[in-house]
Amino acid sequence: MSRAAAVVWTRVAVIAGCVLALEIACRAGLINPLTLIPPSAMAAAMVELLLSGEINGDVAHTFLTVAIAFVAAVLVGFTLGAVLHGLRRVRRAIDPLLASYYAIPIFVFYPLLVAIFGLNNLPLIAIGFLAAVPAMVIATLLGLDRVPRVLRKTARMYRLGHVTTVLRIVLPAALPNLFGGIKLALAYSFIGVIAGEFILSSGGLGYGIAYAYDSFENRAMYGRMLFVLLVAIITNGILYTWEMRLNRRRGRM
Amino acid sequence: MPHASLRGVTRVYPGARPVHALGPIDLDIARGEFFSVVGPSGCGKSTLLDVLAGLTAPTGGNITFEDKPVAGQVPDGIGVVFQEDASFPWLTVRDNVAFGLRRSGVAAAEIARRVDYAVGFMGLRDFAQSYPAQLSGGMRQRVCIARTLVLQPRLILLDEPFGALDQQTRLLMGDEVLRLWRETGATVLLITHALDEAAMLSDRVGVMSARPGRFIDLVETTWPRERDSRIVAEAAFGVVTARLWSSLRNESLKAIGREPAPA
Repeated sequence: MSRAAAVVWTRVAVIAGCVLALEIACRAGLINPLTLIPPSAMAAAMVELLLSGEINGDVAHTFLTVAIAFVAAVLVGFTLGAVLHGLRRVRRAIDPLLASYYAIPIFVFYPLLVAIFGLNNLPLIAIGFLAAVPAMVIATLLGLDRVPRVLRKTARMYRLGHVTTVLRIVLPAALPNLFGGIKLALAYSFIGVIAGEFILSSGGLGYGIAYAYDSFENRAMYGRMLFVLLVAIITNGILYTWEMRLNRRRGRM
Repeated sequence: MPHASLRGVTRVYPGARPVHALGPIDLDIARGEFFSVVGPSGCGKSTLLDVLAGLTAPTGGNITFEDKPVAGQVPDGIGVVFQEDASFPWLTVRDNVAFGLRRSGVAAAEIARRVDYAVGFMGLRDFAQSYPAQLSGGMRQRVCIARTLVLQPRLILLDEPFGALDQQTRLLMGDEVLRLWRETGATVLLITHALDEAAMLSDRVGVMSARPGRFIDLVETTWPRERDSRIVAEAAFGVVTARLWSSLRNESLKAIGREPAPA
């Protein structure tokens, strides 16, 4: 077995061991079923929810909100990052604000966002967007900073125009950092939207979890929670694998 | 008519305290000549290459290549190999080498022919589908040379291309560059800080002063065109290297802030 395969199998074994221990603790009555149901019951509840179509509306609501917030954050974050990279004085002024951005609890702006956008999905999109956009701005700045000067000189040696230089040299060179930003933006927009739904919305997976919690529907709550957890892990796993492949090709591993 | 010519070339970097980096420089390089430039650290060697390549505008003076002024951009016919690894890590060796040709509208069949030749010439055939990260530093530098070679430049500018390599690899890479020079008939200007490298490869070596860099000596080697790294074993090689060092020693002391030694 290769070293990489051994690491993967060890990781799987640790997770499986934890799940099994939780299952035994729940089944043996060591954990109150009103507090936590066994993982197998969570999985069964999730499958039931999916097969019955009960959560289809919530899934569509959350995924659409996340998708809009994420795409907007990536596009706006990249553009802002690229513009800031070219404006050194403005960047110097804004850098400390970017660095301390995540100290701000953006949920406190919800009343303001409702006042601006009204009682609809837009405040949630705005929260997902605001949670994700700085990650993309910072990743873009970092990526553009790290494009080796010699590659820009090489572009001039080839007499490439500005647009061709950006498309053929700068963006491919900055791609690992941009990809890192995209990965973070997806995670932050997902967290922002789910958390926003939990406390602010009347629909979506976060709202469904909160509703089930308030109604003491443990199975429904844990089924939804497991679904959210699996979506987050699988999405992140796919992006992580993709990122590793990209970095391995470039010798950054 | 010289292949490339510099007349009264200076370069001053502007700023609160302007830095006079180069010149005035007067130099003629003959067609097909192998000319090297040595000098102390920070004397403006790379600046000289940049202004000759058209990558940086001179503050004063005139530069011509094939009797046409060099201004604003790298002229057609000049290829540059940089000191740093300039291979594109997202492209295979083959795609790296083909990059410039694909941007200049050359037919696909011609691209394939030229890339095959350049990759083979630099001994990279077995690594054509590899990515730069899978190659050693020396091989990556060979990719950069192949990428320049494929454009069939008439003037090749080499900016300390072997600076990061060990001594043995540098000697062998020197042989590769001599072979490239002979087979292409191109004019070569090599920037280096290694006196033995300059002495081994060149027809003439220009010794630069500490900043602002000016030529303080031009040393002719009189080596035959058919030569390789075995020339380092000849007595004349030691004479050339010693002359280069005697011209350079005081300038190197100045560059590190020490008083020049009395004659």
